[in-house]
Amino acid sequence: MMTHLPHHRVSPAQVPGLPLRAGLGLKSEHFIEVLETRPDLGFFEVHAENFMVAGGPFHHYLGLIREQYPLSLHGVGLSIGGEGPLNGAHLARLATLIERYQPQAFSEHLAWSSHGPVFLNDLLPLAYDATTLNRVCAHIDQVQSTLKRPMLLENPSTYLLFQRSTLDETDFISEIIRRTGCGLLLDVNNVYVSCINHQRDPLAYINALPLHAVGEIHLAGFAEDSDSLGDRLLIDDHGAPIDNAVWQLYEQVLARTGPVATLIERDNQVPAFSVLQAEAQQAERHLLQVMA
Amino acid sequence: MSTQHAFCAALLAHEPSCPEGVFSSNGADPASRFAVYRNNVHSALINALATSYPVTRQLVGDEFFHAMAGLYVQAYPPESPLLSEYGSTLADFIQAFEPAQSVPYLADVARLERLRVRAYHAADIPALDQPRVLEQLNGQSRLHLHPCVATLHSPYATVTIWAAHQTEGAIASVNPWQAQGALVLRHGLAVKVFGIDSGSVAFINSLGRSEALETAVEHALEASSEFDLHQCLGLLISHDAITHLEQKVSP
Repeated sequence: MMTHLPHHRVSPAQVPGLPLRAGLGLKSEHFIEVLETRPDLGFFEVHAENFMVAGGPFHHYLGLIREQYPLSLHGVGLSIGGEGPLNGAHLARLATLIERYQPQAFSEHLAWSSHGPVFLNDLLPLAYDATTLNRVCAHIDQVQSTLKRPMLLENPSTYLLFQRSTLDETDFISEIIRRTGCGLLLDVNNVYVSCINHQRDPLAYINALPLHAVGEIHLAGFAEDSDSLGDRLLIDDHGAPIDNAVWQLYEQVLARTGPVATLIERDNQVPAFSVLQAEAQQAERHLLQVMA
Repeated sequence: MSTQHAFCAALLAHEPSCPEGVFSSNGADPASRFAVYRNNVHSALINALATSYPVTRQLVGDEFFHAMAGLYVQAYPPESPLLSEYGSTLADFIQAFEPAQSVPYLADVARLERLRVRAYHAADIPALDQPRVLEQLNGQSRLHLHPCVATLHSPYATVTIWAAHQTEGAIASVNPWQAQGALVLRHGLAVKVFGIDSGSVAFINSLGRSEALETAVEHALEASSEFDLHQCLGLLISHDAITHLEQKVSP
């Protein structure tokens, strides 16, 4: 059994918030096991787009699980960083889903995934300059006013940099949070992946973020590749256990933020539920250490 | 050309390329970094198709399916963030895909698998209870079918081929060259597939066009003189496929 952690040190972004515990991404292959075993977890997180269907088993099971657990709704298709306007129909679907399931948190990515009529189904990188900053802020304003709630914005994992960027990623994110009042979903794996890929110090990156705004943390595993120079190229594939370096960075983050709702993400090569639960328990041990 | 336009074009190009204006902090060839995005886009969409079309994939093997799905992704990338809808035109693509011609029933198996995905996610609408349907039914009745209900008419034994791939172990000999209809629906939480005759396909399609029961029976008998109304209606009613009954006389 996991120890229930008390609510503690609630930051502004957590107001309607998730419990300060570990949660798991909810996969359809685990619906029945979750309902039958009722694992002791802080919350579940689902990808919003998977539940934008009319009816059937997905809604049936999520409805039952929502009755027993706090929920985080995580969007992967809004394309907040897109050059074009936000997809109004998609935003309306999100509003409907939020109305139906009343999640404790809604988050999306600092990335783009649609261009014109095409949806690329990946979280693609942005050039960081004044133009994109204004656009992203306008999109987040539109999301927050439509959904009538603050959202959390997730820092990206990236493999390339843009020549036209004039701002550091951390400055870009800080300015978005300052202007829009959104919270930060700090993906510690993304920080590690991007920093290795771009030869940055992960802790310096963390220190440059507005940590007071962190409303949720993501932890995941990555895959290893190499680029044309044979240098390490880390790929954020959510298909492996969380790396030790990421656990260490997580500990350093918690030392700065205090306890924060923490999600274990696994979207590929999904193992048995008990394997994911063990990672959630490991995260809760870290959370307990900073509760005192 | 905008940054994202160039990025998007390079992601979907037939040949690997790299958009301008990007670099790696270590000086590595940006193409080796851009390849990660290209691979992510392709593999995630191909995997989405492989998940929606498991028997189609088994029939041609992983390698063939991945190559075919890769070409489909480049030609027809998704136009919606709702990936459960992605690939609704894959069967038509397969039909016209020259290398797949040696498996002539492949497109119809893909059509059947698409209907299963649609049924799985179809709206939850309560069915009419069985006694009420039977009590009120007459030749002028118009039966509203549940949105999960769909049929497929195939010149091949599509249902039998599909069903043979639902169990582990050796596949019993199947004669694919026999015309067969399919009824797909969701009963409770489970999607079901039934092999039905051409008369039943015509009957259900006629009901789906809101035609009166007697008109549907006429269509069914035109399609097949062996059409069994009692059996077909029983199949629909017992699987909660009828949601509403209208008694209006046709205008």
